Amino acid sequence: MMLPLAIPAMLQDQAVYHQYYDPLVPVTATPWLLFTILKMLIVFTVIMVGVAMLTLAERKISAWIQDRIGPNRTGYGGLLQPAADGLKNIMKEETYPDAAYMPLFILAPMLSFIPALITFAVIPFAAPLSTRWGLVEMSVANLPIGFLYILAIASLGVYGIVLAGWSSNNKYSLLGGLRSSAQMVSYEIAMGMAAVSVLLLAGNVSLPAIVQQQQGMGWNVFPLLIGFFIFCVASFAETNRLPFDLPEAESELIAGYHTEYSAMKFSMFFIAEYSNMVTASALMVTLFFGGWDIPGTQWDNTPPWTGLKFALTLAFFLGKLLFFLFLYMWIRWTLPRFRYDQLMSLGWRFMLPLALAYIVITGGAVLVLDMLQVPRSVQWFGISPFWAALGVLNLVLAALVFVILDRGRIISPAYSRLSPVQVARLRAMSSGRSLAASQGD
Amino acid sequence: MPIQVKVLTRPTADASYVRAMLSGMALTFKHLMNPHKKTEQYPEVKWALSPRWRGTHRMLTDETGKAKCVACGLCPQICPANCIKLVPGEDEDGNRYPLVYEIDEFRCIFCGYCQEVCPEEAIHVGRHYENSEYSREGFVYDLERLMAQTHPVCEMWDPADPKGE
Repeated sequence: MMLPLAIPAMLQDQAVYHQYYDPLVPVTATPWLLFTILKMLIVFTVIMVGVAMLTLAERKISAWIQDRIGPNRTGYGGLLQPAADGLKNIMKEETYPDAAYMPLFILAPMLSFIPALITFAVIPFAAPLSTRWGLVEMSVANLPIGFLYILAIASLGVYGIVLAGWSSNNKYSLLGGLRSSAQMVSYEIAMGMAAVSVLLLAGNVSLPAIVQQQQGMGWNVFPLLIGFFIFCVASFAETNRLPFDLPEAESELIAGYHTEYSAMKFSMFFIAEYSNMVTASALMVTLFFGGWDIPGTQWDNTPPWTGLKFALTLAFFLGKLLFFLFLYMWIRWTLPRFRYDQLMSLGWRFMLPLALAYIVITGGAVLVLDMLQVPRSVQWFGISPFWAALGVLNLVLAALVFVILDRGRIISPAYSRLSPVQVARLRAMSSGRSLAASQGD
Repeated sequence: MPIQVKVLTRPTADASYVRAMLSGMALTFKHLMNPHKKTEQYPEVKWALSPRWRGTHRMLTDETGKAKCVACGLCPQICPANCIKLVPGEDEDGNRYPLVYEIDEFRCIFCGYCQEVCPEEAIHVGRHYENSEYSREGFVYDLERLMAQTHPVCEMWDPADPKGE
């Protein structure tokens, strides 16, 4: 509706803007509106198509890991499989359980679908582009509170799952929904806390500012290694992917919260899961892997903002994104699901205290390094001393954490909290019983 | 080939999750990169059937193109699924032949007793498994259909020793 009105206005504006053409001033007014609409359309389309291709990638990777070939009949190498699946799901009958509470049953898929998509709005996905109307920022919405927005929206996703579980009026769905709420609430805390260390280093919550800080200093993954580890594990839990897919748990809860859903409603949960994966990967890239930064060069962070620079940075961003998406799938087809008590103890007894302690340590280290006036900018051999010092501290911490984790006190068989003597007694008892059973009668 | 079972000893105390996870991921990555996949491209590449495979029936014929069946009635007698319908007839010379010979492939359990019991080596189970039809009636094979089949037969019956002597 706004578009037809805006185009003549823009054509009139064109002459004016052309006179004051400054490639470094962000676009304003009508061109800004048009560019934003354009970016919205492109990002939405790319995510929807990308999600469709991700379902194919998931099936292909699972097949390869299991020494199979995967879908290869529809289109070249199975490339049209997502289209066939989509068509099938659109044509399918929607079933509505009699006992379901209809308004929420219909609302729930939308509630999980929408937050999953709109989270991506603040992610800067490439270097800005100079056009004849000014500088175009390459994120749908360049919010100054970017990261807080993500935390706020990402936590909305749990509503879709909980409401789906409750409104289905099915015991398995309800269990799935309950598990999901418990899981997401517990891991969200660790996730937010882990990201605080990034904010401490950047001194800003806006995502472009965080990317800029990493371009100047080097990627955050090294100086904030533990933070990355916590964030990574928590985002696996947040997206309900294996090994944290307790809300779905096919083998225990027959697909959990979406047991009662069919056709396109089920697809919406599926799309939500995959777009959550995309957003979580994009966040990991932005917060810890320099966003659209090309490593080893300053060429990409300085004007002029040409089309080539835009294309290359976009390619690097997508490359990093794809790596994390692959990691998600790789882990899914490797690890078994956590037991519920293991999940909770990992979240509350390990991740949360670790994240809290890590904020204190990072804050203290940043303070001390700043007091010692260790330079943040790149000094020798393209390395920033500040970055290196924090990195070494993190390596030491990582060694400690992994030694503690590796001792298995946190995640261990249910009987490992018994003393060896007790375990031996239990085993003797059970072997005696089976011996008696075999000799009996 | 028997299924190979790997017996694992369960940890009695602390289990290493990190190391186990990393070695697991290395293993799956190895399989991911493995170019030798196990999938067979079915319609193009077909599974080599065992010589003893018992599938769709076939009625063998003699040199004159008539069915070898002498309508002795042994196969409907032995059939555990009761899927063979035989109505015997007799020509002017006193030779018995089947007036009606029908096998209901839906009821058949492919035990192969009909082939075992047949004194004339007429009815056979075949090395064949692709039988799809557009109607259920299509699965009741009559004598002409059984004689028209061309697939190899099950080698429970040794062609070099047809009478089993």
